[in-house]
Amino acid sequence: MPTKTQLHELYYWMQLTRILEEKLVALYRTGKVVGGVYTGRGQEAIAIGTAYALEKDDLLAPMIRNLGSLLVRGFCPEDALAQYLARATSPTRGRDCNLHMGDLGKGVIAPISMLGALIPVMAGAALAVKIQKKRSVALTYIGDGGTSTTDFHEGLNFAAVRKVPLVLVIENNGWAYSTPVARQTANPEFVIRAQAYGVAGFQVDGNDVLAVYEAACKAMDHARQGNGPVLIEAKTMRMRGHAEHDDAWYVPRDEIEHWKTRDPVDRFERYLRETGSMSEEERNTILRRINGEVDRAAELAEQGPLPSGEDAAGGVYHETT
Amino acid sequence: MSPTTYLEAIRQGIWEEMERDERVFILGEDVGIYGGAFKVTEGMLERFGAHRVIDTPISESAIVGAAIGAAYMGLRPIAEMQFIDFISCAFDQITNFAAKSRYRWGAGVPMVIRGPSGGGVHGGPFHSQNPEMYFVHTPGLKVVAPSTAYDAKGLIKAAIRDEDPVIYLEHKFLYRRVKEELPQDDYTVPIGKAVIRRPGRDLVVLTYGAMVYIAMEAASELVKEGIDLEVIDLRSLLPLDKETILESVRRNNKVFVLHEDTRTGGIAGEIAAVICEEAFEYLDGPVLRVTALDTPVPYSPPLEEFFLPKVPDVLKTARMLASY
Ligand SMILES: Cc1ncc(C[n+]2csc(CCOP(=O)(O)OP(=O)(O)O)c2C)c(N)n1
Ligand SMILES: [Mg+2]
Repeated sequence: MPTKTQLHELYYWMQLTRILEEKLVALYRTGKVVGGVYTGRGQEAIAIGTAYALEKDDLLAPMIRNLGSLLVRGFCPEDALAQYLARATSPTRGRDCNLHMGDLGKGVIAPISMLGALIPVMAGAALAVKIQKKRSVALTYIGDGGTSTTDFHEGLNFAAVRKVPLVLVIENNGWAYSTPVARQTANPEFVIRAQAYGVAGFQVDGNDVLAVYEAACKAMDHARQGNGPVLIEAKTMRMRGHAEHDDAWYVPRDEIEHWKTRDPVDRFERYLRETGSMSEEERNTILRRINGEVDRAAELAEQGPLPSGEDAAGGVYHETT
Repeated sequence: MSPTTYLEAIRQGIWEEMERDERVFILGEDVGIYGGAFKVTEGMLERFGAHRVIDTPISESAIVGAAIGAAYMGLRPIAEMQFIDFISCAFDQITNFAAKSRYRWGAGVPMVIRGPSGGGVHGGPFHSQNPEMYFVHTPGLKVVAPSTAYDAKGLIKAAIRDEDPVIYLEHKFLYRRVKEELPQDDYTVPIGKAVIRRPGRDLVVLTYGAMVYIAMEAASELVKEGIDLEVIDLRSLLPLDKETILESVRRNNKVFVLHEDTRTGGIAGEIAAVICEEAFEYLDGPVLRVTALDTPVPYSPPLEEFFLPKVPDVLKTARMLASY
């Protein structure tokens, strides 16, 4: 069970993610973002509950809805905003978009757009951990849609056969763009796949940050002790369109309404209040801090210059100085 | 009659072929209920039904593989890649299964693989690519890249009717930016035929896709300086229309290639070789090229702009060549 300080930290990360994404959407609406905005609204508990369970030397590879994981691993709000604003001050210096950023120093491997591609790569990171006799684990995510890719199969099978410390989280949010899970797989119980690959598998309520955190700790212990990969299926709901341009008219209204009552931020807040773990004053202090940080980050990101054209050249290969 | 956009022209072409030939069907991610990420298949599910407009799992390899299997059975599949960048996930099915089938055992694979390609919309490294040369290097495939609404419609129809696998690259920058009046009657544009967009007398630029418009803009600048630039739109990259290319080289004696694809291994190199082999004695200058940089497609607008070939780049090369 997390300590009171940990509970407050979890709350901070949950709200920081939510409020930062709201800022991002606001910037998008005023035309400041270059390209689309993809939020993880309604799925914050999965990113945060899992990333919060990582230890210092562990590895993480985020997908597009995992802003929270990046924040927990040490990227700052300004990094994410500068990426979306295509600034020279962003981690990729404007070369790549949105959350396509990484930093090996932080143990974060940057994603590509091709769904599933991270899974073999993280299997390889976990393989290296094993070869190097480290005790790290590698954590990555995939959507319900992304489970249909070649790389999902090859990556998970490879990790399973080599018994490497990979924790793979399936974020089952019901939809892949306009495609519901029923047209993605004939067996919607994704956790069953763990059995097929011969790895451990847990199913968890993806809208309950404490349940996610607990499952992640269990999974990471299991992997760290040399028992091979773990598949976690986190059930949740994509509460926005695929990206902000998409109003998700194809998602039944009552499905959204049903999940609204299970909002992970509201639920956690209620839990903290009802268990007396966070006073109104403590809550307000955290929110004030977050709002200040997000406003400051937006200012900094907007002040950041765009890259100059010539910076497009070079950097493709190792350069000796 | 109002003009038809490039995007609508593709949609019409597919629609008419589906009306005309019940063997034609389309499969891809979000092509049904959603009508495709760019709305190319809008309304098709309602008109043709779920057995001919198939929403697939996110499985590019299976989309192309299934199209190949269905083609063997006598159907005429159109496989949509949501962005053409994801075609890399189906590389094996395309280059090893589809492309080699007829040569190995006589079984043709009449199918179309299509999707939005190209940059200029700040899509970043994975939503802006021009993957043509992976496939131009593969015997057994055909590769087309229309630049106008007329050609977009005519070429998609020709591709669907073709007996071999065709990669059809639709440039997303042109989707809603170019439009024209289209003929009422059924027509096709032959695969393997280039077209002279602007006849000229001094030098010729060979190009395709969105770069046709850059070439045309450059041509109207150059005219003011007394340089008459011929613009040829290749339309098909495989097979290449060598006849049209060589005929123009023999007339103009100076030639350069302009493409949005990156420089090394781009089609310009292949074209330069063909010209050197078959029309060397007609050349009054080197075969030059104007291309994108040899980097991934960068995202931030100033970077992408620097990366892509622009009108001034074309002017510079044209002037240099004209001075020979
Ligand atoms: C290999 C591949 N094919 C297609 C796409 C285009 N695409 C991006 S996100 C997406 C839907 C993803 O659904 P899911 O995996 O469930 O993740 P979610 O968006 O629900 O988080 C698609 C089809 C892609 N990125 N990669
Ligand atoms: Mg999903």
